[in-house]
Amino acid sequence: MSALLEVRGLARAFGGVHAVDRVSFFVEKGEVRGLIGPNGAGKTTVLNLVSGLIRPSAGSIVLEGRSIAALSPHRIAGLGVARTFQNIRLFPDLSALENVLVGEHLRRRPTLLSRLLLLPSAAAEDRRARAQAGFLLARVGLGGRSAIKARHLSYGEQRRVEIARALALDPRLLLLDEPTAGMNAVEAEEVASLVRRLAAEGHAVLLVEHNVRLVMDTCDAVTVLSFGQVIADGPPSAVAQDEGVVAAYLGRARP
Amino acid sequence: MGQWLIDLYSSYESTLGYIGLNSLFALSVYATLCCGQLALGNAGFAAVGAYAAALVTMHAHGPFSLALFAGALAPAILSVPLGLPVLRLKGVFLAIATLGFGEVVRISLVNWDYVNGAQGIVAIPKLTSLWLIYLVLAAAIFVLYRLRGSKWGFALEAIREDEPAARTLGIATHRYKLAMLVLAAVLSGTAGALEAHFTFMVAPSGFTFLRAVDMLVFAVVGGTLTCFGPVLGAAFLTLLPELLREVSPLVGLEPGPLRLLANGLILLAIILFLPEGLASLPQRLVARREGGSG
Amino acid sequence: MGQQVLNGIFLGSIYALFALGYTLVFGVLDMLNLAHAAVFMLSAFVALTLVLRLHLGIAFALPLAVLSAALFGLILERVAFRPLRDRTDSNVAGLISSLAMATVFEAVALEVFGPNIARFPIGTLPDRQIAVLGGVVSVLKLGIIALALAIFLALTFLVRRTRLGRDLRAVAESPRAARIVGVDVDRVVAAAFAISSALGGAAGVLFALAFNAVSPDMGRSVELKGLSVIIVGGMGSMPGAVVAGFLLGVTEVFVVAYLGASWRDALSFAGLFVILVLRPRGLFGAASLREA
Repeated sequence: MSALLEVRGLARAFGGVHAVDRVSFFVEKGEVRGLIGPNGAGKTTVLNLVSGLIRPSAGSIVLEGRSIAALSPHRIAGLGVARTFQNIRLFPDLSALENVLVGEHLRRRPTLLSRLLLLPSAAAEDRRARAQAGFLLARVGLGGRSAIKARHLSYGEQRRVEIARALALDPRLLLLDEPTAGMNAVEAEEVASLVRRLAAEGHAVLLVEHNVRLVMDTCDAVTVLSFGQVIADGPPSAVAQDEGVVAAYLGRARP
Repeated sequence: MGQWLIDLYSSYESTLGYIGLNSLFALSVYATLCCGQLALGNAGFAAVGAYAAALVTMHAHGPFSLALFAGALAPAILSVPLGLPVLRLKGVFLAIATLGFGEVVRISLVNWDYVNGAQGIVAIPKLTSLWLIYLVLAAAIFVLYRLRGSKWGFALEAIREDEPAARTLGIATHRYKLAMLVLAAVLSGTAGALEAHFTFMVAPSGFTFLRAVDMLVFAVVGGTLTCFGPVLGAAFLTLLPELLREVSPLVGLEPGPLRLLANGLILLAIILFLPEGLASLPQRLVARREGGSG
Repeated sequence: MGQQVLNGIFLGSIYALFALGYTLVFGVLDMLNLAHAAVFMLSAFVALTLVLRLHLGIAFALPLAVLSAALFGLILERVAFRPLRDRTDSNVAGLISSLAMATVFEAVALEVFGPNIARFPIGTLPDRQIAVLGGVVSVLKLGIIALALAIFLALTFLVRRTRLGRDLRAVAESPRAARIVGVDVDRVVAAAFAISSALGGAAGVLFALAFNAVSPDMGRSVELKGLSVIIVGGMGSMPGAVVAGFLLGVTEVFVVAYLGASWRDALSFAGLFVILVLRPRGLFGAASLREA
């Protein structure tokens, strides 16, 4: 049985620099796979490649048996891949609720004609979409903050809104890029338990993280990158004791 | 008495008509600005619409409704092959490419003998009435206003704020941008057609890139957060020269330079101090008052 | 034929000077300065006024006019660009505020000088002709070409060999990094504007001398062509601006000779479209301009 996401021999160079070099890993349905490594290891580049923002120089990316390496980002999103960004890319002048509403784009019915004809079905569709967005926000613990403009939310709140927005796509594969960066321990644990629940519901999650302990607690499998290459792959306990991994992280000790 | 009223009406009719027409032109720039695209080819679209309508009336002797329809359709058709390559460009590059398009249209018209080249087409019957202009304007405002809150409206907003992020959320950004460019073409083409039958003539000199820049200025001065801003900006900047004409002897400047100076200073003040345009002034004042007393 | 080429080189050198100024500001600030053509026009008027009113010889009027252009550039930077530097939409806002300043400059010129074409008094300019390369060219045009070349060389020296040049390149690369390394970014940006406007001003005075015509709308046609030139050459690339400028000058002369004057202006836009669609970064330009 093939995995939900199969990445084989993925490579991407910028000029002479091999940001990603022959990377392979799989993500199964309902699995949380961690993608860790020191700064500059190529983790975000991998996410950019999988989500279609950049093209690979070599290798394959296959989602449920379908090759997506040459597809544009919106087609890939349409196939059920949603992501968050390392440097948070919410729409700053939209409210938290509206940000999540944008995420519902693919799930909303077109109402242009009924809007122009002032039919009630348009308003009903709006209500439904907004209710759904509100539900997702509540799910990440931000029910009370839905009307606040994204630029006025705290860092941790923004990250959670981004996750809610990604969930609005009802994705099969969720790509999370350092979702707990800048969060305190309590918030981080909330995110971690959310991720575990999502996996239990059948979503596949590819989690890029610097918080190594969180990764070890949350992930079913871990891939370690260093300078664009995979240096370890396996269950968290095995990876934590791998010599190569320890060496790569030397001097970057984190609790 | 009747004659006085008629004289009064005709002197104001032109201004009122132009408030409506300029509002349409401003909305045509807004159509692409609201999804973050600075497309400035609208003078070219207006020219195509104006000439298409004029040709229907003068050469084909068709009814006015057909002329208007041609005025809307011709630039819309042209906007698609323009938009497909050009909307891939970012920021100022898109602006320059579309300005270039407008110039190519103008130069082609200057060199086309069938439409009398630089002299243009004259003696076009005055078939446009004020209420028609305002009817079209109301329809345009209605459509743009109803977009808000819909899937379409939010997609445009998302593209404006962060296009790559929007794509990762499943929004086919190129399709929306192209659709808004077509809408811009329809709006400016229709306005051009209406104008041709309001001012009796069309000529290439009426569609220079300065015209496109004027349309941008209307939209920016009014504010581009909602569809009402551009209308406000157009009304304000169309009325301004009339006011200035009265004031110019007092200030001691010629009306022409005075108008330019006022336009320049207003635009500068807006972009530096009130970047969201005149339409945002009430909000700003309220916020300042609340902040002060709180 | 040689005659045409000479005319083309002469015209091209003016385009190149103008485009250099445009591309310098874009390269350093990522903003398009739409007031560049207004400075082009104003310095021509300054030169004219110096000659007409103060009876200065052109040898003095020209450098003084160029200096005044640099001053206009400093004013532009301080008033219209610096306040916008930290905004997210800074390049569009910069475009609009420079547009506003251009309108103000044009209003001033209109008010002070009126809308008509003004000319230099007889005797200002040399009118001798000499035979070169199988054609006849005026000493004036040759002088302009020589002057333009001298300016290009001086600019190349400035950018490659001086500290200011090094700082300019640093700021063009990344203003934040440059600041960290100790570059006074505000000073460098102001200098960039001064130099850029001086180039535009020089182009304006030379243009006015070449055609013996000064009017408030003289910048109009050059403005758009200048945009085409910097795009074809590559935004931010100085060699690109020079090469594309000469290219436009020479091809325009040939288009006028063989196709007629009315298609001349279409040429620069045709080139613009071709480049934007096939190779958006221009002949010598750097990074990609398209989106992901």
